[in-house]
Formats: sequence, structure tokens, C-alpha cells
Amino acid sequence: MNSREITTQISKTADFLNLKKWDYGASFSNDYSVQVDKGEAKQLKASQKQILTIRVWNQSNLVGITTTSDISESGIKKALKQANIASDFGNKNESTEFSPLAKDPIQVKEVKKRNPVGIKKLLTVLREAEEKLLESHESIKSVPYNGLSESFFERVYANSEGAFRSYSKSQAALYLYARAEEKNKKPRSSGSVKLGYGADDIDIESCIKEASNKTISHLNYSSIKTDKYLICFSPESFLTIINAFSSMFNARSIIDGVSLSNKNSIGEKLSTEALNIYDDGLHEKNISSTPFDGEGTPTKRLCLINRGRIENFIHSESTARIFKTSPTGHAGLGSKVSVSPDWIVVEKSDENFDLKKSLDHSTYEGEFVYIEELNAIHAGVRASQGSFSLPFDGWLYKNGKKISIESATVAGDIKYLLKNIVNIESSHEVTTSGISPHIWVDELSITGDA
Amino acid sequence: MLSSQIKSNEIVFGSCNKDLLEEIIFYGIGLGADFVEIFIENTDNSSVLAEEDFITSVSPSFGRGAGIRIFKGKKDGFVSTNDLTKHGLMRSVSQAIEMLDITDNKRELFNGLNKHRDYSLSKKKWINEVPSIHEISEKLLVSTKSLKKNNKIITRKGSYSRNLQEVIIASSDGTYVSDIRLHQTVGLNVIASDAQYRSSGSRRFGSSGMPNEFRLWDHEKAANDVFESSMNMLYADYVDAGQMPVVLANKFGGVIFHEACGHLLETTQIERGTTPFENKLNEKIAHESVTAIDEGISEGSFGSLSVDDEGMEPEKSVLIKDGILKKFISDRAGELRTGHKRTGSGRRQNYSFAAASRMRNTYIAKGEHSKEDLINSISEGLYCKSMGGGSVGATGQFNFAVEEGYLIKNGKLTSPVKGATLIGEAKEVMPKISMCGNDLELAPGFCGSISGSVNVTVGQPHIKVDSITVGGR
Repeated sequence: MNSREITTQISKTADFLNLKKWDYGASFSNDYSVQVDKGEAKQLKASQKQILTIRVWNQSNLVGITTTSDISESGIKKALKQANIASDFGNKNESTEFSPLAKDPIQVKEVKKRNPVGIKKLLTVLREAEEKLLESHESIKSVPYNGLSESFFERVYANSEGAFRSYSKSQAALYLYARAEEKNKKPRSSGSVKLGYGADDIDIESCIKEASNKTISHLNYSSIKTDKYLICFSPESFLTIINAFSSMFNARSIIDGVSLSNKNSIGEKLSTEALNIYDDGLHEKNISSTPFDGEGTPTKRLCLINRGRIENFIHSESTARIFKTSPTGHAGLGSKVSVSPDWIVVEKSDENFDLKKSLDHSTYEGEFVYIEELNAIHAGVRASQGSFSLPFDGWLYKNGKKISIESATVAGDIKYLLKNIVNIESSHEVTTSGISPHIWVDELSITGDA
Repeated sequence: MLSSQIKSNEIVFGSCNKDLLEEIIFYGIGLGADFVEIFIENTDNSSVLAEEDFITSVSPSFGRGAGIRIFKGKKDGFVSTNDLTKHGLMRSVSQAIEMLDITDNKRELFNGLNKHRDYSLSKKKWINEVPSIHEISEKLLVSTKSLKKNNKIITRKGSYSRNLQEVIIASSDGTYVSDIRLHQTVGLNVIASDAQYRSSGSRRFGSSGMPNEFRLWDHEKAANDVFESSMNMLYADYVDAGQMPVVLANKFGGVIFHEACGHLLETTQIERGTTPFENKLNEKIAHESVTAIDEGISEGSFGSLSVDDEGMEPEKSVLIKDGILKKFISDRAGELRTGHKRTGSGRRQNYSFAAASRMRNTYIAKGEHSKEDLINSISEGLYCKSMGGGSVGATGQFNFAVEEGYLIKNGKLTSPVKGATLIGEAKEVMPKISMCGNDLELAPGFCGSISGSVNVTVGQPHIKVDSITVGGR
């Protein structure tokens, strides 16, 4: 069944079961991926997946939900019945409705859908990439984590009031993580990830170069003394921190009491006035963009921090109703609808007079720690408390020299970090999770082995 | 005619699928595969969430699918599909064959499937024995109510999930197995707040193959434990960073061994060349006080299995004996590519993943010391009563958050501290585990890795690490 036929089938079955109000989200995907090991194919993988999530409202307007991979007539009937049973346990304390924007026009980026290049081509490309990476430096002995994949998927939302949205796209990803070894030294590892709309769009050479350069740059390493340091966050690492604490802008988290913000936090000063942060799922550089969320609400650009102050929260239908505003296109369909950001864009505002503009990671000659990548986010972030303690890959810049830091963590408090931003560099970088310039923060604690 | 005698063009759970499975395997072998494995599952899951004094989410889900794996030499092709018809399964075999570019005429022998090993016979009743949504909801609400012990508790949550997985595994070595797996887990979480101070507490409990376990769960004890933990940590200062001796508590303290050392003993790590222990078999890699075990046989433990996802019964593997490395955790591909014998550890999250060598119930064996012996032996250090999550980098460095920690001064526990992170490398830390307590206990968890998220148990007695880097402020 295609998505229109599934909608018709759900409608017919719901009528038969006397279920008047329902909606569903579905995704259908075909994925192909390869991994190699020193020129040999290791694992070649293909999958066809279909997931259907159906919600029904019972006569008391309580919602029940069921998820299934069985999209046969009998599977749909079973899912509707199960959802109806689950609706007896629907949340009486917080109602859910259709998004009022589920029929509004959506913006669909004009991106040509790519055709599959096929497993053989993926394998050939990845073999060549691995070979080039191994040849790029004598210390690079293996590429233990590698993969090239292409995915083709369709996402659908429809409801009993006639809303119907369907969006299909293709996406490809290449990751190369190299391991370098030198005598009497610990192995060092780093890598690179690149996305494209299709396998032919991926900048393979830059992925190889980046993985090689990053790995080699960590060969000469030293432990760092535990102390407070001036820190320069790479665009990627700053976006990691912002995403980890995105509950500050998340209306669902606020209602659930797990956010540092509260309902009255709009307008609260969080950082230097030089900082603007947006969520922009439709950004032209966002390869993973989708034009609507799990409730069918159109995706849009939303300002989260304007000149250092909280400007907006991200919402689902129900949180927006509670906050007396509109859904923002950040909902994930579920028994309890989740809310999450799409793609963060960090910018320097025009109120940037107080910044120390001499702090530029490529020219600054004083001592500072450059954080390239933060790790173990799920373990080291206490979002509800605002604290973090995270291992990182990076370098200590001192006396005109740059040396990789061995095994260290950076710890602090997100509010302290945002308030102690001392520079936002002018140029920005596009990463897989958003766009950001380099961000400088004063006086963060680093724990090292020295 | 009995349903088991009907020749079907589609996999039917609860029936004999032997003819169809043999036909699919013959098809793959006929096309030149060295080995064909079919993994088919049917799932019936549900989860319930209670927040404060309301049930806020009930999520049933069900599904079915197949994962087909073809080996040619040491490489393999894996195809997953939701289509369980003969046509769908054969198409998946063809796709895997095509991916592997198999063109030679060499044909392996396939003598048909062996006698069906049906581990599910006594388990078919489980679906009717597990608690109903109504029963679960009632108990969760009582549990979250129990957490409301003072006005500093601002968030209370209780969650339950139940996964019932029916599997059929058949492969060209004759393996033909059916099983039903039941996993239940329940967790409590709180956030406490007072002025600028905030803390959180959480505990998770889990079992396998025990339909009644949730009914027997002592929610009052669990609620008291979570509440006390959050209160103890509410006004805690941040820990000072540095090198120091630590005592790690039993139960979930074992997560460090699991993450930092256990993963390095999986053959997938040998295949990648990312374990420092690759050539250390029968060599000393840990302090002589350390014996470590991985097994899938403890009754009711979260990582226990009747049979692994490749159709092999799990064994008890002594990984480290008195500090000497004795064994790696291996699956079929691991045996093929590294030579280490299978240990009944081929595991996967579901049909859409190929099985890989994964831990089951993994723990450090008990020693002879009391908890007090360990603490008394330290003049200045840290007691890690409750561990949070952690991770291990590609070069073996690990990082773990300490959820509930206390300073040790002159052999006594003193003030609570927060924000501590343990940082190190297995190769360097294992020889520093100098004392093991006599109070081994296990705790359930979920482990995410190459073949998805699987249920595991971690565990240990209290252990003392002579020196480790503690990250803080």
C-alpha cells in the first residue's frame, strides 16, 4: 500500500470500528550501507522498513496510541483496536488535539531526489576512501570505524479531518574514523562525517582530508594541568553544548519541570547581548530537513535567543495551547508528544561592542584551550541541573605552540558558560547539527592528568 | 488438518515453518552462499509512564520482521525486511547474494534443518501472566506517590516497559530454534529543588523471563532509596578535581567494568583492531584480585537468554581469572574472523541488526573484604555510591559520571559531592583494582553498540581503585 492507500485503509477501518477521530504518522525507508576493513568488504547491509504510529481519540476525547511495522489490512485494524484500548488510559490531565496548522502550506526545499547508486558503487567509493586515508600518513594504521550509506524515505502525516502531508527524500552519509599509532605512544583517533542528498553529492576528498588532519594533529600529545582556562569552542562543540541544554527553550521540558527555564522566562537574559540563536530546520544547508513535524505542523525558522535574551520556546500542539501560543513545528508523535530542536544556528548579533575581538583561534597568541569535540554527552550533562562535565578532544595553545590534550574533561554550568562568552568570531562553519562561529568562554574548569 | 501441517507461503508464528525455512536456505546456498542465517521476530511491547499523580503515556507497539545474513568467506551481507512471505524472504536472499557479488559455482552442502529446538514451549503463557496496563498503572501511581516525601521534590516519574519477543532462528548449519523472551523494566526518577540548589535521583530495576516480577517489586524501598539519594545530593558541593583513590559501590558500579573493559573483550573489537587486549590471552591484564565473568544463564537476570540470536545456548565465560585474561566474548562472525570460539553471545536489538558479540550478565566476582575494609584503607578519596552513564572512546579512554558521591577522609565517609567524573583507560585502571568486597550484586541496564541496544546486567562487589582521575570543578 502507498501512503494514500494507507490513509484510505485507516479511514475505512476506523469507520468500521466507530472511531471518529484519528491521526497517524508513518515512515517508509530503504537503506543501503557498506563497511570495509583494509580493502575488504566487511558488512554490506540493506533494509526495508515501515513504521506506522496511529492515535485515536475516544468518546471522552482521551488519546491512545499504537506503533506497528505491520501495514497490512489486519495490522492496521489491530493497531486501531490497540490504540482504542490504550485511550482508556489517556492523559486526563493534559489534552491533545490536532495541530491547528496541520493543513497550512508547507515549504518544501527544491532538492532533486537522488537515485540509488547501489551497493557496489558504495563499496568501491568507500574502499578508495579508506585506501587514501591509510596512505595519507604513515602513522594511520587503520580506519576502524567507517561507513557509507544511502537512504530513501517517505514521511507521512494524515488525520481524520482531511490533513494529508507526504514528503520523500534521499540522504547519504560517509564517516571515516582513523586510528594512528606511533611507537611508545598511545593510539590516537579522530574522524570526520559528511552528509549529502545522495552518495554522489558527498565531498569525499574533504572527509578524507579532515579525518587525516584531525587524527595526525593529535599525535603529539601531553596531559594538561587541572585549572581554569580560557576556552575556544569549535563550532561543532558549541552546538553540542547548546543542543545538550536545549531543554532551556523546550516548552515540554518546562511543563515537566526538567528545564532550567520556566513559563515566565521569555525575556530572561541568558548571555552576552552579542549572542543570537535560532532553530532553523529549513535552512538550506540542513540536509536532514523535513517540512513538517510529527503533528503535521510546518517547520519554520524560530529565534530562541535574541541579543542574549530568551525570545521563544519550541512547542508541540499541546504545549503551545498551554502557553497560549502557536505550535512551532518541533513535535514528535507519541503517546506523550515530545518536543525537540531541529537545526541550531548561532550568530553574532549587532550588539557586540563588548566582545574581545582580538580572540581569534587562528591568530591569538596567548594561552587557551581549543575544544574541538565534546564526548559522552549522555553521561556528562545534567540538563535539569545545568551542569556538565565532559571529556573532549582538543589542544592547549601556549607560547606559540599547539599540543593535543590527553584525556581531559571540561566542567561547568551552562548559565555560567553563556554569561561568560567573551568573543563570538565573525566567520561561521556548517556542521551536521547546525551552524556556528567559534565561541570563546573565560574561566572554565579543565581536569587533566598532569 | 493441524495448523503445523499446513504448507504456508508465509512465516506463521506458533506453527512449523521448517519447509519454508529450508526452501529459503536452499535457495541461498544454491546461489553460492557459504552460509545462510534467517532471524525472524514478532514483538508485542508496551510501556507506561506516570508523572506526578497521573498516567501520562501508555504506548503499545507490535511488529514483525526478518533479518537475513549471508556469508561468503569472511564477508557478509545482511538484509532486513518486514515482508515475511516466501517471496519477500527470497527477494532478501537474492539482494544479499547480489550485494556480495557472488558468482562462483562452488556450492556448500545443506542437509536440511535439524530437529526443532523449541525453547518457547513453557513460555507461551507469559503473555497472559504479565500485569495488565491497569495493574501497571495502579502500581506506578502508588510508586510516584511514595516519592512525594517533602516539598523539595518537584518532579516525580515512574516508568515501566515490557518487551515480549518471539523469535525463530534457522541457518544452513542445521540450526532451527524458537524462543520467547520477556523483559520487564521499571524505573523511578525525581528532581529535588530548593532555592538555587538542584539534584536528581534515579533507579532502574529489570528482569527477564519472570512475568510476576513487577508485582513483586518493592516500590516503597525503591522510592525511599531514590528520595534519600536526591536529598543527600541536594546541597552537595562540587568535587575538587584530581587524582585520588576511589571506592566504587556494587550493583551499577559495575558499569565501569562493562564499558571500559568488557567491550574491549568482544571479538568485534579484535576485528576492528581497537582493543589493547588482542594479543594478551593468558597474560596478566588486571590486578590479581580481579576475576571477571560474562554469562547468560543467571535465572531472571536482565541479560540472561535461553538461546542467543544465532541459535546457540549461552555459556558462562570466565573472561579474567585472578588478573589473567582467559577468554573473549564471541559470536559467529567473531569466530570466523578472529578464531575465538563462539560463547553464545551473538545478540541484536531486533531483526534489523545483524548479530554481534555482545555482553550479557557481566560482573567482577566477589572478593573477601567488607565495604568498610575498602573505605577504611583510604585516607583521602572518593566513594562513588551511584554511577550515571558513561562512554568509551575509540582509543579506550573512558568517562563516567558519578551520580551520588561522598568524600572519604581518614577512612570515613564525609560530605556528599556532585559533578564528579571518573576518567581513565581500562589498560591502566584494571591493574589498580586492588581490593574487591564480598557483596557482589547485579543491576540491569541497556547497552548500545554495533548491533543496537540490548538488555544486559552489570555488577560487582564494592571495589577499590588505588588511583584514578576524578574530573570536577
